[in-house]
Parts: sequence; structure tokens; C-alpha cells
Amino acid sequence: MDREVIIKADNVKKKFGDRAILNGLTLEIYRGETFVIMGGSGCGKSTFLRHIIGALKPDSGSIHLLGKNLANVTDDEMDKLKKKIGMCFQSAALFDSMTVGENVSLPLREHTKLDQSVVDIVVKMKLELVGLRGFEDLMPSQLSGGMRKRVGLARAIVMDPEVVFYDEPTAGLDPIVAGVIDKLILDLSKKLSITSVVVTHDMKSVFSIADRVAMLYEGKVLEVGKSEEIKQSKNPMVQQFIVGNPDGPIRFFQQKDDYIEQLLK
Amino acid sequence: MNFIENIGKILIDTSRYAVEILALFFETLYWLFIGPFKGKFAKRQGIFSQMVFTGVDSIVIAFFVSFFTGIVIAMQSAYQLSRFGADIFVAPMVAVSIARELGPVLTSLVVAGRIGAAIAAELGTMKVTEQIEALDTMALNPIRFLVVPRFLALLIMLPCLVMFSDLMGILGGFLVGVFNLGLNPYRYITFSFEFMAWKDVWTGLVKSAVFAVIIAMVGCYMGLNTKGGAEGVGKSTTLSVVTSFILIILFDAILTGIFYFIKT
Repeated sequence: MDREVIIKADNVKKKFGDRAILNGLTLEIYRGETFVIMGGSGCGKSTFLRHIIGALKPDSGSIHLLGKNLANVTDDEMDKLKKKIGMCFQSAALFDSMTVGENVSLPLREHTKLDQSVVDIVVKMKLELVGLRGFEDLMPSQLSGGMRKRVGLARAIVMDPEVVFYDEPTAGLDPIVAGVIDKLILDLSKKLSITSVVVTHDMKSVFSIADRVAMLYEGKVLEVGKSEEIKQSKNPMVQQFIVGNPDGPIRFFQQKDDYIEQLLK
Repeated sequence: MNFIENIGKILIDTSRYAVEILALFFETLYWLFIGPFKGKFAKRQGIFSQMVFTGVDSIVIAFFVSFFTGIVIAMQSAYQLSRFGADIFVAPMVAVSIARELGPVLTSLVVAGRIGAAIAAELGTMKVTEQIEALDTMALNPIRFLVVPRFLALLIMLPCLVMFSDLMGILGGFLVGVFNLGLNPYRYITFSFEFMAWKDVWTGLVKSAVFAVIIAMVGCYMGLNTKGGAEGVGKSTTLSVVTSFILIILFDAILTGIFYFIKT
């Protein structure tokens, strides 16, 4: 199978102080697929996402996005790349001082010379996709958490990007809204043939949306494969993560020194 | 050893702040002067709304501060001057000290407390709620989009506010002089402007422009470098006001020194 590789990370390493967050991460993501990155908190999922969108630079290793090596792109080229990606933030990250309509239309107003009437139509279309048409004039503070996330999603896709990144799209939402968001991600991928990269640890959503799944552990890819393969994985760590078992090979406690010793100090 | 370590740490932190604030300043200048030639203007609408917030909305507080300062200076100097029968010199005393020193400094301190804190809190909240990052992933440079309008608004509006403050301070002194000391209003005004040189006014305005840069840069820097939730926002707001205050007083001393030695 030789599909176009749209994102390629090669042996990416990143340290914050003494803690190695990414520890030789290698990954390929193909055009048009829905790729889920899962893993426990602090395993480097979000950090990796921030590397792909160019917000962080790796200490070593290389990242290619849409065929460009992020280490040697100029600022202008990076801006062009950024216009081809959309990012859906965990907290939605809507601009508080703007209405929903202004939030969604911001990239259009800034990056295109489209007439205001055209912009309004595009905004209506995108809001219709996420089921929030008619909410243009509300402020973000008047929306519920799920609605904010959907507005954030509309804003992420307003420039018709090639890749959309989702940072924990269903975290903190009730099961129904989470299901709605999952369905939206699937719809967008299928209808607009967008490549979706989803970072999550919500197991239900992983297996309902993913074409392929990568499991990260301690800054490395533990296992990567089709959704079904991961589900049937023989790796006890992956199984522990899927089932959510507190006992297993993945240690919950992150302290290195001995408990008794520290108590008696 | 601990004491020396602490001093070293403070020195290193301070110089790091200084370097980073300067870097932010130069980047702001880049987006202000070079960015437009690349077709990347700052938002005009954003600048105007910031100007209203910075300037127009600060008029009341600027009025109170400088009006009463004018009254106080007039009374305090009359207390001394009347002993020599030199009541009329209250007029130039008030006019010159307000225009040279108290107008710019007090107004800037008030604006630093009002606007600098607001900038730091707003940008800080945007930072901790990922809004800054969202701007960046939309290929919208946060400095062009957020810092430049605030910088320009302060740079334009603070000197305007200072001019207004100067007038209000002189008015305060005038009221004391006329109604309390019984001076002739016409003589009060001619005396004020006879002794007040053009230099007194423009040095005050130059000072206020420098203070505007300080307030904008410190507020934006502290806001954009906020870490860690609500507590972080509180911290950077406090830090921005404290740092602005110190820098305003420091640069006031430096500029006064410079103007003192420039004899024009």
C-alpha cells in the first residue's frame, strides 16, 4: 500500500528540563485517514501535536508536514503551511472578545480577500456542518462546553484545511455530546476527505473513529496499526490501557524514590 | 552563600527580563513598520477600540489625579511663598512642575495601573486558555494581532492624556490661586505662561511617550509569558504593574537627567 505520507516524524526527541517527553518518536500518517494517537496523561501526546503544528521545535529528529521539513522552513512558508492545517483545541480556545461568527470567520477575514457577504455564507455553511447555524451573534461565554468545542471545530475547518488536529475533542463532555463530536469528526473526514489526527484517551471514541491508532508510552510509539489490530493487540500495556486496569505493566506511580524511605526521611 | 546566590539569581532574572522585553519591543517595531510593506497590517478596528479603552475611558481618572495634584501643589507652595509675599509665583510653580514632572509621571502611573494591568490580565488569560496558541496556528502572529494595537493605542493616547492632565493640573492651581489666595485671574494666567517654556511641555510629552512604550511592552510581555492558570494571571498582572511602576520612575530619573544637561 503506497499512500501519500502527509505527516512524517522521524526519531523526534524533546526534553523539558531533565524530563524527556518525546524519546525517539517515529510515526507516519497518510492522507485522508483518521489517525488516533492515544496514551496516558503525560506520555507526550499533546507535546507531539504541538511539534507537528510548529509550536515547538524538537531537540533532535525531524518532522515533515505536507512534504516540508519543519526544521528548515522559513516563517513565510510556515505561515502557508499553517493555513493548510486546522487545530481544534482541548479548551476550544475561542476568542472571548469576539462573537461566534467573528471567531469562525477570523481566518477568512485575515487571510483572504473575500467579500464580507461571501465570508458570511461560508461561516453559515461551516456552522451548519457542526449544527450551530443561527448562533453567529452569541458570545462564546453564552455557549455550553460542547457547543464551544463545535464552534472551535467550525473555526478549524473554515479555511478548508488538508489536515485537522484534534486535541482531546471529547474530554469533559457528556457521552451524547462526545458521540456527536465523534460523528462530526468522521463526517468531516469522509465528506471533505480531510486527514484527521486525533489525540485522545477516550477509548470509546478511539475505536469508533480511528482508521489507524498509535499508542504512545514514555515518549515513544508503543504500537501502531489498524484500529482492529490494536484492539486485538497482544501487548499487555496496550490491553491494560484499553481496559483501564489500574494494575499492570504501566506504572501509575511516577515517583522514582522509595515510599518508605521518603516517609522516614 | 545563600544571600549571594539570591542576588545572583535576581540579577540573572532581571537581565533576562530586560533582554526579552527588548526583543518584544523590536518585534513590535518590526510589525509596526516593516510588516505593513509585506501586506500585513495591524487591525485598524483593533487599534481604535484599544484607543478608546486606553484614552477616552481614562479621562475621568486622569482628571481627578491631576486636578487635585494641581490644587495640592498650589496650596503647599502658597504656604511657603506667602511668607515672602510672593503669592503670584504659585502660578509658574504649579504650571512648570505639572508640565515637567507630575503630569506625565502621575498620569503614566495611573495608566500603568489601569491599562497595563488590563493588558497583562487579558493577554495572560488568553495565554492560559490556549487562545494565543490558537492565533498562532491560524498563522496570525500574536504580536501583530494583539501587541501592536495596544502599543500604538498607548503611544498615541498617553501623550494626549498627559496634555489633558497638564491643563487640568493648571486649572486646579488656578482655582486655588484665584479663590483662595485672591490672585487676579488674568495675572495668574499670564504669569503661568510667561515662566513656562516650550521645553517644559515637550520634555513632559517625550517622557510620556517613553512611559507609554514601557507600559505597553511590560504589560504585553507579562501577559504573553503567563504560566499556570488563574494564579499565573494574577501573578503576571501584579508583576506588570510593579515592573511598570519601577521602570517609569527609573526612566523618569534618567530622562530628567538627560533633559537637565541638554541646554536649549
